[in-house]
Amino acid sequence: MDELIIAGRSFTSRLMVGTGKFASNAAMVAAMEGSGSEIVTVALRRVDIDNPQDSLLRQIDPTRYLLLPNTSGARNAEEAIRLARLARAAGCEPWVKLEVTPDPYYLLPDPIETLKAAEVLVREGFIVLPYINADPVLAKHLQEAGTATVMPLGAPIGTNKGLRTRDNIAIIIEQAIVPVVVDAGLGAPSHAAEAMEMGADAVLVNTALAVARNPGAMAVAFRKGVEAGREAYLAGLGKQQDKAEASSPLTGFLREK
Amino acid sequence: MEITFNGKPRRLPKSISIQELLDQLQLDCRQVVVEHNRSIVSHQRLAETPLNHGDTLEVIHFVGGG
Repeated sequence: MDELIIAGRSFTSRLMVGTGKFASNAAMVAAMEGSGSEIVTVALRRVDIDNPQDSLLRQIDPTRYLLLPNTSGARNAEEAIRLARLARAAGCEPWVKLEVTPDPYYLLPDPIETLKAAEVLVREGFIVLPYINADPVLAKHLQEAGTATVMPLGAPIGTNKGLRTRDNIAIIIEQAIVPVVVDAGLGAPSHAAEAMEMGADAVLVNTALAVARNPGAMAVAFRKGVEAGREAYLAGLGKQQDKAEASSPLTGFLREK
Repeated sequence: MEITFNGKPRRLPKSISIQELLDQLQLDCRQVVVEHNRSIVSHQRLAETPLNHGDTLEVIHFVGGG
């Protein structure tokens, strides 16, 4: 596949994976490996000293994967900025998946707080990948603020519903000056392929892998979906039309005088 | 003395450094990031930063997330 370039750094894979909700570390690692991903997201939470867990970082080879910390749990710009700074202090590269989701039911991102946080984090030297609703105007504002990508949602996080925001994502892609990463709601490889066929630069998947009966095999399926979609986009898809147009010649034998 | 550790009150017999507390709790300082009274403390400064009565400490680490 052709290279994906984000903030001057090139990647071979156009599939990013999340590390949440897996039944075991082994399942998570199988999904990471099957996906062929080079970017994996992680979250920051308080250490639970009553229930000590094995460190997540021991499972992720930093030479193979770029760790992309998210700001999940942040309900406003201030909390998101705090989490991003903590992630950098923990030794991560200054990349951050910025998410501000004050609404606990649909986990929809807050556009105003996201933009505010993006402006601060870009000034502080972060490479900011903001998770947004599929709003083309917001996407423009964020790109003007200097974000490295925009990450519009296909459907709310964890819903597996696919590209419900398709028309707006098409506008974002048409107008984008940075890579567009479709994030959230992609539940099947066909959803990922659809996003890539439309010209999305990459997709991010977590729940669909984590809840699959076989996460590793599902990750392979998503990798193929992403590759097929990208190749189809590059090859140039035919236009849709209403009237039929025969693929076989209509002349040359039957009913000819 | 008492501090607030990850949102919960915690009694300490005497003033100790953040590093000493992490050691007592068997937390590997390379796997965590520490916020002391809302300021991030770098790994190098954990041993030289004492905890005082009323301090707030947050000890954060990476977990799975999307």
